[in-house]
Amino acid sequence: MTDQLIDGLYREGEPIADTKAPDVPVPEMWTRRKFDAALVNPANRRKLDVIIVGTGLAGASAGATLGEAGYNVKSFCYQDSPRRAHSIAAQGGINAAKNYKDDGDSVYRLFYDTEKGGDYRSRETNTYRLAEVSAGIIDQCVAQGVPFAREYGGLLDNRSFGGVQVSRTFYARGQTGQQLLIGAYQALERQIAAGTVQMFARHEMLELVVVDGRARGIIARDLVSGEIETHMADAVVLASGGYGNVFYLSTNAMGSNVTAAWRAHRKGAYFANPCYTQIHPTCIPQSGEHQSKLTLMSESLRNDGRIWVPKNAEDCDKDPRQIPPEDRDYYLERIYPAFGNLVPRDIASRQAKNMCDEGRGVGPEVDGVRRGVYLDFAAAIERMGEEAVRAKYGNLFEMYEQITGDNPYQVPMRIYPAVHYTMGGLWVDYDLEASIPGLFVAGEANFSDHGANRLGASALMQGLADGYFVLPNTIRAYLAKGPFEKVAEDHPDVQDARRSVSDRVERFLSVGGTRSVDSYHKELGKIMWEKCGMERTDAGLREAIEQVRALRQDFWDNVRVLGTADGLNQSLEKAGRVADFLEMGELMCIDALHRRESCGGHFRAESQTEDGEALRHDDEFAYVAAWEWGGDGGTPVLHKEDLTFKAIELKQRSYK
Amino acid sequence: MKLALSIWRQDGPRAKGRMVRYDIDGVSEDSSFLEMLDMLNEQLIEEGEEPVAFDSDCREGICGMCGVVVNGSAHGPERTTTCQLHMRSFKDGDEIVIEPWRADPFPVIKDLVVDRSAFDRIIQAGGFVSVNTGAAPDAHAVPVPKEHADRAFMAAECIGCGACVAACPNGSASLFMGAKITHLGELPQGQPERDARAVAMTEQHDHEGFGGCTNLGECTRACPKGIPLNVISQMNGDVRRAGYGHR
Repeated sequence: MTDQLIDGLYREGEPIADTKAPDVPVPEMWTRRKFDAALVNPANRRKLDVIIVGTGLAGASAGATLGEAGYNVKSFCYQDSPRRAHSIAAQGGINAAKNYKDDGDSVYRLFYDTEKGGDYRSRETNTYRLAEVSAGIIDQCVAQGVPFAREYGGLLDNRSFGGVQVSRTFYARGQTGQQLLIGAYQALERQIAAGTVQMFARHEMLELVVVDGRARGIIARDLVSGEIETHMADAVVLASGGYGNVFYLSTNAMGSNVTAAWRAHRKGAYFANPCYTQIHPTCIPQSGEHQSKLTLMSESLRNDGRIWVPKNAEDCDKDPRQIPPEDRDYYLERIYPAFGNLVPRDIASRQAKNMCDEGRGVGPEVDGVRRGVYLDFAAAIERMGEEAVRAKYGNLFEMYEQITGDNPYQVPMRIYPAVHYTMGGLWVDYDLEASIPGLFVAGEANFSDHGANRLGASALMQGLADGYFVLPNTIRAYLAKGPFEKVAEDHPDVQDARRSVSDRVERFLSVGGTRSVDSYHKELGKIMWEKCGMERTDAGLREAIEQVRALRQDFWDNVRVLGTADGLNQSLEKAGRVADFLEMGELMCIDALHRRESCGGHFRAESQTEDGEALRHDDEFAYVAAWEWGGDGGTPVLHKEDLTFKAIELKQRSYK
Repeated sequence: MKLALSIWRQDGPRAKGRMVRYDIDGVSEDSSFLEMLDMLNEQLIEEGEEPVAFDSDCREGICGMCGVVVNGSAHGPERTTTCQLHMRSFKDGDEIVIEPWRADPFPVIKDLVVDRSAFDRIIQAGGFVSVNTGAAPDAHAVPVPKEHADRAFMAAECIGCGACVAACPNGSASLFMGAKITHLGELPQGQPERDARAVAMTEQHDHEGFGGCTNLGECTRACPKGIPLNVISQMNGDVRRAGYGHR
């Protein structure tokens, strides 16, 4: 490690590398790794305990699969039932290289599209494997009874998604996530009935227990009784989702949080590429300060809707139907004539924000800016007829009307970008093992597969790939070395972890300040959105770091958490999550500051082409930034993992 | 708008509950019902009173975690989830009574939060297809006629919120259970366990203390996902079939 402090913010440590991917050509790796991973005799599996935190697609599928295999699984979720995990809200579909349409799809093409879509910032080996196991996911889900869309012949239907040219997306109307999650949940409940999985709903992991350098358990709080519990195991799996709620307003569920991952980070797990956030371009705009959540509208709307803002700022509060065509700026069609309204997510999002920041946004003013652009179906209604539009988008139009009170058949919809998915996460190797041995990370909680941007319909694929197929195979290589010596609950490291949790709970309740937890969360969200959102600058990020630090200080001096620790206390739950977001936000800004290139959902204003397009710097930044916790009051340490590409060639993007 | 709220407050599972009146002003009609409660909670925290506990998570009508009885109706006056109920459904000056789901098998944990784990136990009894991971046949190996797939999908839309139980004068979970039995019963994958599933799930349902179905239809009127009453007929058919036709 260098002693030199860079930018006054961080130090650079030793480079790191994945050591688990076998040294064979990429297409042969997974087969080889599965063969090389030691087996665990069924009789010995019963002696091995695995903790899984999170019950979304990755966590529930991993729990079900490991339970079936015969391990003792303890599964945790903060919701009242594992069926509520936020994977349930994913709409569009799940990709798989089945080539059922015989349109030229293949494992290699799905791998290629994923790498390109992620702006070449994901690890080639993991991404290839994701594409490789994708086909098996569909088979597994169909066998479970997941009701995918079918054609009249009884076979599965596919559609294309996210700008790719093949139809590889399997879907269940607009509820693919829900149906896949229910499938995994049912498989999990089956194992609960069989006694291989023990379920702890309404429980939150608040600390990772590390003994002799290995993950050996967690400290969790029973959210109903308030009791702080110790759960020990031979291995710990985090499948706790992303951290998009650092922005407060996002498409994530209210309870989605970074705590499990952040607590592991503080115990030594590296956090990779934290600044990579995906922004979704077609969400329903914020209507006011009361708002708690942003609702995503399917991106398929961009196939027929035309996006515009008034040419003149003084027209912005007019009824859009009164603005004649010559006074409208169809800005995507103007700037990107080849792709028009179908430019990729990051471009569509950034341009919408630019229009609003310029003063040409529409809809209600929030914090002095109108944050909305029109998505207009008038031309589509004229061309196809209202009935055809209704058949194609009826449910979305109804949802929009339900939320906004406006009828989109008559008045153009308003949309605005929103935080949707985080590509960063805990650093893992090819085995999905974090930098703490015995800690595995699956789904959105890890960093490995999506690079700087996620392809549409790939989140569901990764969650299930990790949970059903990857993790159960790789974790056995680790568990084969066990069972590890039992750690007693009075071991000093366990006691320390417990004490840190109870001290923290006590501290929240004793500050006795004047401001609610939510008010801090909202303020943090505004800083992050403005300065570490879809467009970032050197100066803005430096300001954000100072502001986040000051806000964190104020939080600990002035937060008000009422009630007690010995029962259900939702303010207390939120306080813990927001305290962790206040640390996470700073690391996101530091990561964004150091990455002086534009890529994926991250547009760095200093790095653009003459035309204002995102400019990547592969010569300088083709690496994973894996951050090591520097201790309270210390500085984080950056470990770089060089991304090497053997199966694929790096290309610059162009959508002109 | 200005509203008068009467909210069920209960400190814990064994504590005695009571209705408490709160006045709130400045509610935007664009707020969701839960955002209105968030606003009330901010007001309560400022006044030093513990905020009202209520369940919610996705806030976009999918996860099924939210749910309160509003003026006597599960999820309130519109046929949607509480998180998708907007304040424009109310008028300035309205009085609104807010209670938790009322059903014995859903005991109150605190304020508006209830324990719905009985639903998970009903699923554990047989609401799944017994297939282990890794050896499934190709997805195209078993075609499913579109009308069966569509009906299975319709039933699979159930989000497990519990409004059907809260709305039923008998406290029956038949709509929830019928939805799962129909979803899996419509598909070839669900056939081998079809009889056993129907019997095991209904036995668990009764064991949990849910009441019997008398076809009043309140459940389907309250269901935010529009699950139709005929899933209950299908469930009854499967139970009968298991008892008489195939044994």
